[in-house]
Amino acid sequence: MTARERIAGNVAGYVDDRTGAAKWMKKNLTKVFPDHWSFLLGEICLYSFVILLLSGTFLTFWFDPSQREVIYEGSYEPLSGLKMSAAYASTLDISFEVRGGLLMRQIHHWAALIFMVGIVVHLLRVYFTGAFRKPREFNWIIGVGLLTLGIVEGFLGYSLPDDLLSGTGIRIAEAIIQALPLVGSYIAFFAFGGAFPGEAFIPRIYTVHVLLLPGIFLALITVHLMLVWYQKHTQFPGPGRTEKNVVGYPLMPVYMAKAGGFFFIVFGVTAFLGAVASINPIWLYGPYTPGQISAGSQPDWYMGWLDGLVRMAPPIETHAFGHTISWNILIPGLILPGIMFTGLALYPFIESWATGDKREHHLLDRPRNTPNRTAIGAMALTFTIVSLLNGGNDIIATTFHLTINQMMWFSRIGVLVLPPLAFIITKRLCLSLQRADRDLVLHGRETGRLVRMPSGEFVEVHEPISPEKAWLLTSHEQLAPLELPELDGAGVRRPGALKNKLRNRISRATATAVPKATETERRELEGHH
Amino acid sequence: MKRLSRLRRHRAAGPILLIFALFTIGTTFQVASAVNSETQSVADRAVTIEEGKQLFLKGCSSCHGLNAEGGEIAPSLIGVGAASVDFQVGTGRMPMADMSTQAMRKKPVYNAEEVNALATYVASLAPGPEVPADEVLNYERDGSVAEGGELFRTNCAMCHNFAAQGGALTQGKYAPTLMGVEPKHIYEAMITGPQSMPVFSDKTITPEEKLSIIKWIKAAESEPQLGGAALGRVGPVTEGLLVWTLGIGLLIGVAVWLAMKAR
Amino acid sequence: MSNEVELIKDPGLPAHVHRRADTDPKAAARAEQQVAILFVLSAIGTLLLIYSYIFIKDDKFIFIPVLGNTNLHQLGLGMGMAIALFCIGAGLIHWAKTLMPDEEVIAHRHEFRSEDEDREEFVKTVKAGASAAGLGRRPLIKRTLGAALGLSALTPLLLLRDLGPLPKDDLTKTSWKKGTRLVTDPGDRPIRPEDLEVGAVAQTLPELAEGEERTLNNIGKDAVLLIRLRPEEFNLDAERLSWTHEGIIAFSKICSHMGCAVALYEQQTKHLLCPCHQSTFDVTRAAKVIFGPAARPLPQLNITVDEEGYLVAGAPFTEPVGPSFWERSS
Repeated sequence: MTARERIAGNVAGYVDDRTGAAKWMKKNLTKVFPDHWSFLLGEICLYSFVILLLSGTFLTFWFDPSQREVIYEGSYEPLSGLKMSAAYASTLDISFEVRGGLLMRQIHHWAALIFMVGIVVHLLRVYFTGAFRKPREFNWIIGVGLLTLGIVEGFLGYSLPDDLLSGTGIRIAEAIIQALPLVGSYIAFFAFGGAFPGEAFIPRIYTVHVLLLPGIFLALITVHLMLVWYQKHTQFPGPGRTEKNVVGYPLMPVYMAKAGGFFFIVFGVTAFLGAVASINPIWLYGPYTPGQISAGSQPDWYMGWLDGLVRMAPPIETHAFGHTISWNILIPGLILPGIMFTGLALYPFIESWATGDKREHHLLDRPRNTPNRTAIGAMALTFTIVSLLNGGNDIIATTFHLTINQMMWFSRIGVLVLPPLAFIITKRLCLSLQRADRDLVLHGRETGRLVRMPSGEFVEVHEPISPEKAWLLTSHEQLAPLELPELDGAGVRRPGALKNKLRNRISRATATAVPKATETERRELEGHH
Repeated sequence: MKRLSRLRRHRAAGPILLIFALFTIGTTFQVASAVNSETQSVADRAVTIEEGKQLFLKGCSSCHGLNAEGGEIAPSLIGVGAASVDFQVGTGRMPMADMSTQAMRKKPVYNAEEVNALATYVASLAPGPEVPADEVLNYERDGSVAEGGELFRTNCAMCHNFAAQGGALTQGKYAPTLMGVEPKHIYEAMITGPQSMPVFSDKTITPEEKLSIIKWIKAAESEPQLGGAALGRVGPVTEGLLVWTLGIGLLIGVAVWLAMKAR
Repeated sequence: MSNEVELIKDPGLPAHVHRRADTDPKAAARAEQQVAILFVLSAIGTLLLIYSYIFIKDDKFIFIPVLGNTNLHQLGLGMGMAIALFCIGAGLIHWAKTLMPDEEVIAHRHEFRSEDEDREEFVKTVKAGASAAGLGRRPLIKRTLGAALGLSALTPLLLLRDLGPLPKDDLTKTSWKKGTRLVTDPGDRPIRPEDLEVGAVAQTLPELAEGEERTLNNIGKDAVLLIRLRPEEFNLDAERLSWTHEGIIAFSKICSHMGCAVALYEQQTKHLLCPCHQSTFDVTRAAKVIFGPAARPLPQLNITVDEEGYLVAGAPFTEPVGPSFWERSS
């Protein structure tokens, strides 16, 4: 035993005497993680969150969250001598007087955008592969919560510098609050400490941005990771992979090096963006005043779809009994997002209700094998993308020589027509991919080699695929649709018949599939040749 | 004589002569133009107007009418002033290439002299805003960049964007970018209100304030990239585009490499 | 035909394929070198960062294709940091991929469901605990505790009351009164009708009384846009026409939709456009909404001139300016 090993042993012994950690550590250091690039998407979020904490802490050392009026005397000449809030002035100081301050600001903002992109692509991976199914529903809900909070946290951060763009964003947020029936103007006055913009809002959202929400994030992320750890990661289907095992690499040392290395990669890429690409150049926007506005005022992308929905809303307000309800704000700003996020959070339960599948699942689905789910995802995605495009309709219009009116009408119609279309196309695409899989298993791979038969006809030679590939293409389950009774023995409608009828219909739609190839069929075909 | 011919063959003779010739021409021109602007006679002006009229009849009258009274597709030019003509023709917007939504800035068809002739002709029809003299346009001396920025954000940014990059208007019209526009033309646009743009009167935005606006635009134009690639200076849309392409692209690229089995 | 359908079988985990570095010591040495080079590159990155921090002044610019004329200080710091971090990451990953064991390991999963016995025990424990506390047998305690807890939830609501004042008439009143002069924003100069040509606009605010300060709250309600048209271009009813003065019409600049500053005036079409959500208002018809999500016209301000010939408000706004709210009556 070398001296170094002895010291390490002593330290470990000291800790274990006091915590009994050795048993737990022994088990968990060899924990197995399956390897797939798409399993790293969640890590992108985790690491950019750490980057956000680090760079954000740096920024707080100089940022002054106050709307007190000051005269700018810093080194950026085009603003010199102007009246502005201390928040804006201190953000300018971070950018121009603190060495590396601008880099940190840009890293912080890029990390926030990457954080949100990471959450969305991670969510898409989890959704389309069915990783949210039992026993992982809790983690799905936590994930949806993190997405929602991420949007709020990002928006608050975007609002803090008190520049013209962020002030415009707050103005719109205030209008949404104010539009709430019954309590709107009261809540708005409480939130802003009086009329808009007041002098209270930035100090208040600062506390929420740097303390309250990061605290909630930390707690939720911890639970999210603990559940992943405890429930073990899902894996893609393949030879040797079952519902009962995990095939991958041990945490110590392979995954520690890989995951640790990936943290530095994410940080490096974020720093690279911060170095080469300007983001939120607040000195160009100028200080906020409600009398000014810039063409092309947009939110960050993760709010862009909301702004796009608000833009395309029909101009409807109800005036009755001395009161006003602004449907043009409430529907796109609160009701639709509310439905979307609730639907998202409840999706695992809706699906298991529709399929009647209450079993645990640790093997992931290939998206083509669940056409209904994939098509619903494509539909929701199309809806969001059309809204997002409309959020940037003015920039798109000037770039591609379109008119904002055309863009708006495209979005208004597209947001209704394109999602169902996406559903139909995706479902058909999935089914034809299933058919292709079936043909591949039964007839083998096309080699492109032509052979002339004795009879004179030309036949392309097909090569059988490997057993591994054949297993991958056929290992999925194909559930039969539910057949819940709608009538009782006497032919009379049972109580709850309507519900059963609905479930049967959804279940039939969900179970639509091209029957997968079997060994029996393969043999039969061989017999023919 | 011999000495002269030797000198003539000297290596530096060519360049020296060239400089001398240019100097002479320059001085003469300067003197001549000074005389011109001070004592331009009515007769000279009449000649310019006549030149302008001929140019107008050839190039503009088919739309604007033989007497600039306007037609079905083009407005009357009576009373629009020299500034308006100098802006529209000097920036190449007029004559219009096609009858699309709005006249675009392009390479001017007429040279400076011809633009002047046209402007003088149109100004002779009825009084209107005049082309600002170079002396008036000394924005470096008379403007304040910070004040200009504030004026710009209140009066201009809503159409031309916070960094004067331009923006969308209704029905396909747009406010153009102000990058690379001559100070004279910016000034003329403010006093004449070309196309969709409204007029900014000298009483609501004084001439000094206009110079401040120009100074700010010029400062924005020459501002280097303080934080890296400017991404068009159009706000969060291009930032979002970059993070969804380069940002997540790089990260997924590394993730694929990470999960690939080494050979 | 029998109902027994035979499925395709799982061939099991494929045989492990050795990497070059596993079998060839030269390849292993090469991989080790590559990892080391990456770590050295990272160190160079940090040195670049330190150099940029200390020696490159922040007024130095360098032209870089694609980026443009870029600040060298910021670029040096950022690229140094990016290289330093990225190369550590790349080195670690390369190390793990080429030199650490790459044989796949199989771990077993266990169902999360506890044994039936444990579940029953658990239920029993909970029941026993509940009955020991006697909550069911002592309804008085249950009810009073419930009431107390419920009431105590009011505390935070109550304490948050002082976050802000009640709206009162703050949303409905602006600083405009009969006779308030319109002054330029910025500049605070009063305006005469003859100062505005046809086709001109002016951004205005109410004139401040002696010693008064203009707050952002005021601007957020008071900002007004003046536009001059030819009087015959108006298409207004008699009352609204009387609110204009010699072709000059005044609107609140605060959008009736979500409160952005509406000031994109198109002189030829006489349309006002809000850049936030693209509501379009027709100036000749008292800012009627002709496109976009706004549901109400922009409030029009009654204007006239005072005895000195300056433009003044003829009356306050007759309706609240800015976005809608519940208490708004029209």
